[in-house]
Amino acid sequence: MPDATLAATPARDKVRAVDFRGGGFAPKTRRWVGIAVFIVLIGFVEWGTQAGWISALTLPKPSDVLATFGELYASGLLFQHLGPSLTRLVVGATIGASIGVTTGVLIGLFSYIRAGLVPLVAAIFPIPKIALLPLFVIWFGIDEGSKYALIAFGTFTPTVVATYGAVDNVDRTLIRMGQSFGLSWFSIVRKIVLPGAMPGILSGLRISLAIAIILLVAAEMLGAEYGIGAYILQAGSLYDLERLFAGVVILSILGVIVSAAIGAIERHLLGWRT
Amino acid sequence: MDIRLDGVGHAYGDFEVMRDITLDIPSGRIVCIVGPSGCGKSTLLRFIGGLERPTSGRILQIGDPPPDCLNPLTYVFQDFALLPWRTVTGNVSLALEDHRIGGAEAKAIIDDVLSRTKLTDFAKALPKQLSGGMKQRVAIARALAVRPAVMLMDEPLSALDSQTRELLMDDLIGLWTRTPFTAVYVTHNLAEAVRLGHLIVVLSRRPGQIRQIVEIDKPLAERGYADPDLEDSQKQLWMLMREEARAADAELIDA
Repeated sequence: MPDATLAATPARDKVRAVDFRGGGFAPKTRRWVGIAVFIVLIGFVEWGTQAGWISALTLPKPSDVLATFGELYASGLLFQHLGPSLTRLVVGATIGASIGVTTGVLIGLFSYIRAGLVPLVAAIFPIPKIALLPLFVIWFGIDEGSKYALIAFGTFTPTVVATYGAVDNVDRTLIRMGQSFGLSWFSIVRKIVLPGAMPGILSGLRISLAIAIILLVAAEMLGAEYGIGAYILQAGSLYDLERLFAGVVILSILGVIVSAAIGAIERHLLGWRT
Repeated sequence: MDIRLDGVGHAYGDFEVMRDITLDIPSGRIVCIVGPSGCGKSTLLRFIGGLERPTSGRILQIGDPPPDCLNPLTYVFQDFALLPWRTVTGNVSLALEDHRIGGAEAKAIIDDVLSRTKLTDFAKALPKQLSGGMKQRVAIARALAVRPAVMLMDEPLSALDSQTRELLMDDLIGLWTRTPFTAVYVTHNLAEAVRLGHLIVVLSRRPGQIRQIVEIDKPLAERGYADPDLEDSQKQLWMLMREEARAADAELIDA
């Protein structure tokens, strides 16, 4: 008896398509959605403040914030604040991120450095860096030095953790391959470990740079005449919500720009990813 | 250059995985190593290439590698081990860069190995754009670029589908027929072993020992798909291994 007849042919039942239950879990780029969320949110607040069911004490009118921003720009004060802030951000974050990446790579490569530094980094990580500001003032002076140090210190720890995690995750079979072709230790680090760790390092930088922007405001709490942080704190102590929000908007824009810049670097450097 | 394994044994603590393996790998031949899973085939290959050290016994090189040889013992890995951020050309040149070969000389070598592996049209592609078979061709091209004295192939076709495997076997036979190379070819696939091996070394299950060495006289170029002679050898090998494979399959893994 052929196998085919073994299974009884089912009676003529009703026919329907199989339900689809796959798909999803695959994020796609939907550029306009992000902008739409901003527009809807701001539009909603504008509507509420205009109509009066959000009181002027709760939230400033977005249009007033925009006007304040316009004044700030027209008076030239915008760049007077933005210049020093950007310098602090760039210098501090560069120092912190570069020392962080170097330390992270060393932790990833050497057992003794790992054993010595991982607990130290774990001990430093949870300290609110703002609490150390007085200490930094004593160490590095009340002017720019302490501000650079605070931002650098804040970016350092998350960068280290992300970097050594990324080095740990580099595919060991690729390293064995390098050894089997007689590549030198230095070549393996430069041509296999570093490019392989790059995705993790860049996603770590996304977080560290956002922290750097947060710390920028904290750094400008002490002895800063100009700077976005100083501007916000000044407005805050006067309860000038329009100016406060204008400052906050600048920080947000800064965050978006940094994130977009890292996105661009990722697209450029990590085009090989599947 | 020949390779001799002299009483190689290996244990992880009290857990013996390999015992007293003595084997000669003659120059210009392909030696296939087959055995049930967990018998230490791949470990043995890592010993031969110096990536791991056995607990007892020695691996000996007899004679010097040819003078133009850049990396005497060269691997082809099961999972290809290509750098995903480098193009096909870049992956091949990786093996040359540390030997201070660059410029026109490197280009000549790369062009040569890419044409031998039929990859010339894919020189600028990234690994993610390539099929599994193409990726393994790149790995073979990279291995050929350093003119190895012995190729160490660790289940090179096991990650590929059976049709691609047939194509690559034909390619390997073509490569060997044009310029015979020495290779140690580890596989669990008996069809590959009888197709490519001059000598087939059958290992027992753990602790891995040599059970038998089968020699196949038929020249590589005359062996074809579904060859009746090879079917016979393959059947013999399977008879030899069947019980071991069953026992290995039923074994609990010590965690």
